[in-house]
Amino acid sequence: MGMNVQGRPTQQVAESVAPSSTFTGNRALQIEESLIFEKNAFDETGVDLPEPVGVNRLGAHARQSPINLPGLSEPETMRHYVRLSQKNFSIDSGPFPLGSCTMKHNPRLNEKMARLPGFADIHPLQPQSTVQGALELIDELAHWLLELTGMPAVAMSPKAGAHGELCGMMAIKAALIDRGEAKSRTRVLAPESAHGTNPATAAQCGFTVDAIPADETGRIDLEALRQKMGPDVAAIMVTNPNTCGLFERDIRAIADAVHEAGGYFYCDGANFNAIAGKVRPGDLGVDAMHINLHKTFSTPHGGGGPGAGPVVLSEALAPFAPVPYVVKEGGRYHLVETRRAAEAEGESHAGGRLTAFHGQMGMFVRALSYMLSHGGDGIRQAAEDAVLNANYVLARLKAEMTPAFDGYCMHECLFDDEFLKGTGVETIDFAKAMIDEGYHPMTMYFPLVVHGAMLIEPTESESKQELDRFCDALLSIARRAKAGDQSLKTAPHFAPRRRLDETGAARNPVLRWTPAE
Amino acid sequence: MRYLPLTSGDRRAMLERIGARNVDELFRDVPKDALNAPIDLPAHKGELEVERLLGALAAKNRAAGAGPFFVGCGAYKHHVPATVDHVIQRSEFLTSYTPYQPEIAQGTLQYLFEFQTQVAALTGMEVANASMYDGSTACGEAALMARRVTKRGRVVLSGGLHPHYAAVVRTNSELLGDKVVAAPMDVDGKEDLAAMIDGDTACVIVQNPDVFGNLRDLSPIADACRAHGALLVAVVTETVSLGAVKSPGEMGADIVVGEGQSIGVGLNFGGPYVGLFATRQKYVRQMPGRLCGETKDAEGKRGFVLTLSTREQHIRRDKATSNICTNSGLCALAFTVHMTLLGGEGLRRLAMLNHEAACKTADALARISGVELITKSYFNEFTLRLPKNATEVVEFLATKGVLAGVPGGRLWPNDRQADNLLIIAATECVRDADIDAFAAALEEVL
Amino acid sequence: MTVRYTKDHEWVRMDGDVAVVGITAHAAEQLGDVVFVELPSKGASFKQHADMAVVESVKAASDVFAPISGEIVDVNTAIVDDPARVNADPAGEAWFVKMKPADPAEFDGLMDEAAYNAFTENA
Repeated sequence: MGMNVQGRPTQQVAESVAPSSTFTGNRALQIEESLIFEKNAFDETGVDLPEPVGVNRLGAHARQSPINLPGLSEPETMRHYVRLSQKNFSIDSGPFPLGSCTMKHNPRLNEKMARLPGFADIHPLQPQSTVQGALELIDELAHWLLELTGMPAVAMSPKAGAHGELCGMMAIKAALIDRGEAKSRTRVLAPESAHGTNPATAAQCGFTVDAIPADETGRIDLEALRQKMGPDVAAIMVTNPNTCGLFERDIRAIADAVHEAGGYFYCDGANFNAIAGKVRPGDLGVDAMHINLHKTFSTPHGGGGPGAGPVVLSEALAPFAPVPYVVKEGGRYHLVETRRAAEAEGESHAGGRLTAFHGQMGMFVRALSYMLSHGGDGIRQAAEDAVLNANYVLARLKAEMTPAFDGYCMHECLFDDEFLKGTGVETIDFAKAMIDEGYHPMTMYFPLVVHGAMLIEPTESESKQELDRFCDALLSIARRAKAGDQSLKTAPHFAPRRRLDETGAARNPVLRWTPAE
Repeated sequence: MRYLPLTSGDRRAMLERIGARNVDELFRDVPKDALNAPIDLPAHKGELEVERLLGALAAKNRAAGAGPFFVGCGAYKHHVPATVDHVIQRSEFLTSYTPYQPEIAQGTLQYLFEFQTQVAALTGMEVANASMYDGSTACGEAALMARRVTKRGRVVLSGGLHPHYAAVVRTNSELLGDKVVAAPMDVDGKEDLAAMIDGDTACVIVQNPDVFGNLRDLSPIADACRAHGALLVAVVTETVSLGAVKSPGEMGADIVVGEGQSIGVGLNFGGPYVGLFATRQKYVRQMPGRLCGETKDAEGKRGFVLTLSTREQHIRRDKATSNICTNSGLCALAFTVHMTLLGGEGLRRLAMLNHEAACKTADALARISGVELITKSYFNEFTLRLPKNATEVVEFLATKGVLAGVPGGRLWPNDRQADNLLIIAATECVRDADIDAFAAALEEVL
Repeated sequence: MTVRYTKDHEWVRMDGDVAVVGITAHAAEQLGDVVFVELPSKGASFKQHADMAVVESVKAASDVFAPISGEIVDVNTAIVDDPARVNADPAGEAWFVKMKPADPAEFDGLMDEAAYNAFTENA
């Protein structure tokens, strides 16, 4: 018989013994990677550029000191960043249930559309006659946002949610100046559960911040709120659904209370994804609300940004929107770019300028691509699925974990650390144990009003099967905690890094690489 | 619906487990009449239809790369290596969040540390943060930081500062009741800013190269600032210039803010971009934005974390140094990857190619009768005074396929002195044929 | 030696006619590992309850208020150089400032140790 044989053995060794470490420090697919500055390529470049011919009219303005940055070849660069990428968790690789952050699927069609040269390769100051399609896109996106929010106006230029807050609060300040009440109305009310950006924004607009207490159901205490109203109130800032994942039942009474007191209602729209297509904030008495396109409309978070934060405005605040904005006249689009030009349009007290150009065009394209793909029907279905998924997780986890409040939740469910009491395991340990199970932790220790808070937002992007696996994993961690498993205290054990010394980092900040002495 | 994994069977089973009759029961806290209001929007579409709709809009725009292109003033057309876009589309970078869990975010944290190091080196400063939204908002934040450091409320703006940057500073600072004093439009870079600084001045904001393209020596202003206890904020809107022009750090700036768009990011009709923010170590606790720092993990291995977070809104709330939360992380990655390919040597070479292209363009245009080259000393951008309204010239040239630059009327619509000014940028993307086409069309219209 | 306490978790100890001020062990424990301390300049004067110093951990930032009115006569730069001392010995070596009291009655109006302990237990 003729036999073609490969030499390798095919039977597994019965008992394997793993080494405790490797020579390189690598662990198979996990490669230790140095900094680019440690690769000794300080005189090189990885870009082929022609040699300059030698014209130099810089004179005394020429740079004297060397730049001292390495240039790596393309293969070295690619390998470096690919290896770094492999140390990151991402929504494409697994559930990322960060409450209030909305890590939903980021469709690749959006990326493809944003890279069309007609969007990606146009300049903000080239003649407006040459960018009519871009202006039309901004106008079209604005139309979708107005339709979904039931509001009459929108400012498109804010660069992110917090920038949108600044835009909205600025409009409120401008409106108060217009009414001659800016000096007397200095107080802004915000719940203790608010995102930190709310008080920070109010302070940046020169307001003082006064906290509104919550009632036992996790919502604003309406009576306490009414007590706090007065002639010095400029505005209230309310997140709805709130950061406990609950819809503010008294939302209209809250709006009425602030309006009766002569103030404005700013709504933090970070959680708009729970109600988009279901509820229009314009029907609830809102005067201004930012919309995080990177949350509700799926533009990628990109490791911390960029985002986009258009702000919808009521009739009362619309005249105080910042420049620039798009106007359509006789079938042509044009940009109103200065305050004076805005005044000529009849907007007497336009609210200044927030950024050099017209907003996050790249994010606008992605968001409109998402909206067109979903349609009005799909946006509503996405909100329903997000709320359904969160309630399903809540229903399943209740068995071992303690919900912070009774009843249904909206798009995210909140637990406190009551179920960990006496186990020695804390919220942070629970979160880090999730890493070992292959999940990104939930938002922890926020909102501040709940002890050891764990805020879980599954989003509509998770299948039931994925949610079941996720819940099983969390329930198992809860059981291990209750059984006294002390290994949780030092989790994660299997991640690219163990827990990092944040105290040391803050005591002696090392914020850039410097050559060894 | 291709993006939603739940089946109708799943939904029924999940509602049953929850104990709700239907999904609207979960929305029971919403006022009845506000739930499910009809929305007048089209139904969902397949990829092909969406591509056609958006493709049609894109096709109505003239892309920079489609012909001769000379537009600058805060955003520049540069070539971006293919590697950059590939890296930023890696799932692990594109679809991750702010690195709040450092054990599984070392990729993001390490590139932020590299970014901070690169920005510090380019600007000639000691520390840089992990990015702001863009150059203009970084500029607004710098004025607020100077206010915190000096505890003063007067901001002086150079007449060579991009007017949109000036407007952003005004918007931010006036909200807090600060006084913003702007020097008049300074076309040739000859203003005397030192005379405007007094003992109440928190900072002076100067752009280099300025909006007209003039190269400025910041050293005398830095000295004047120091003498009055004010900070010098230097603005760089063309980061490639740092490859050839003296860095603001070398000239004594206290805060350097910049627009990083030129390196790795692309034009994107104005955003997203990446704001650079650098300063001296001693001011680090007054900085806005995130900072990444080096540390060790429990096994002693080097790692990186977000640090000095007590400056930020999620901890300090109304006393935070800024309300910023989301920044421009992915654009910072694009910047870092492009900069890693370039290195100091590549950036130097790129900068000189830009300078040469501008010299060549200026020479070709200044030869045309009636055209005056105002800018004496420039990097890759300069200003011409034309014998007629520049806005009309630019519109005419656009019909000839040449995007000629930014007319003064676009940036200073209320200042008649600006009407005949044309600000022109030339980068490594400009070919000799583009310059010829520009010169020929300009000659034709004048 | 008499030590008095505030609701904001500062302690004051009279050392002759000089008041030594620090933060309580309870406050240090709540903050966690202290990473940064900022102290006022010598010669500065503060009214009672005015914020005069800052103490930070990784997760918290806190103002330190003047427990009494007076002028700063000395500051403890050792805790600026090594903030960990605040956790190690908050009631002793890691004092923050020494003040010349403007009004002795303010000191007498503060809580004694028993009252402070009851206050923190109920908080």
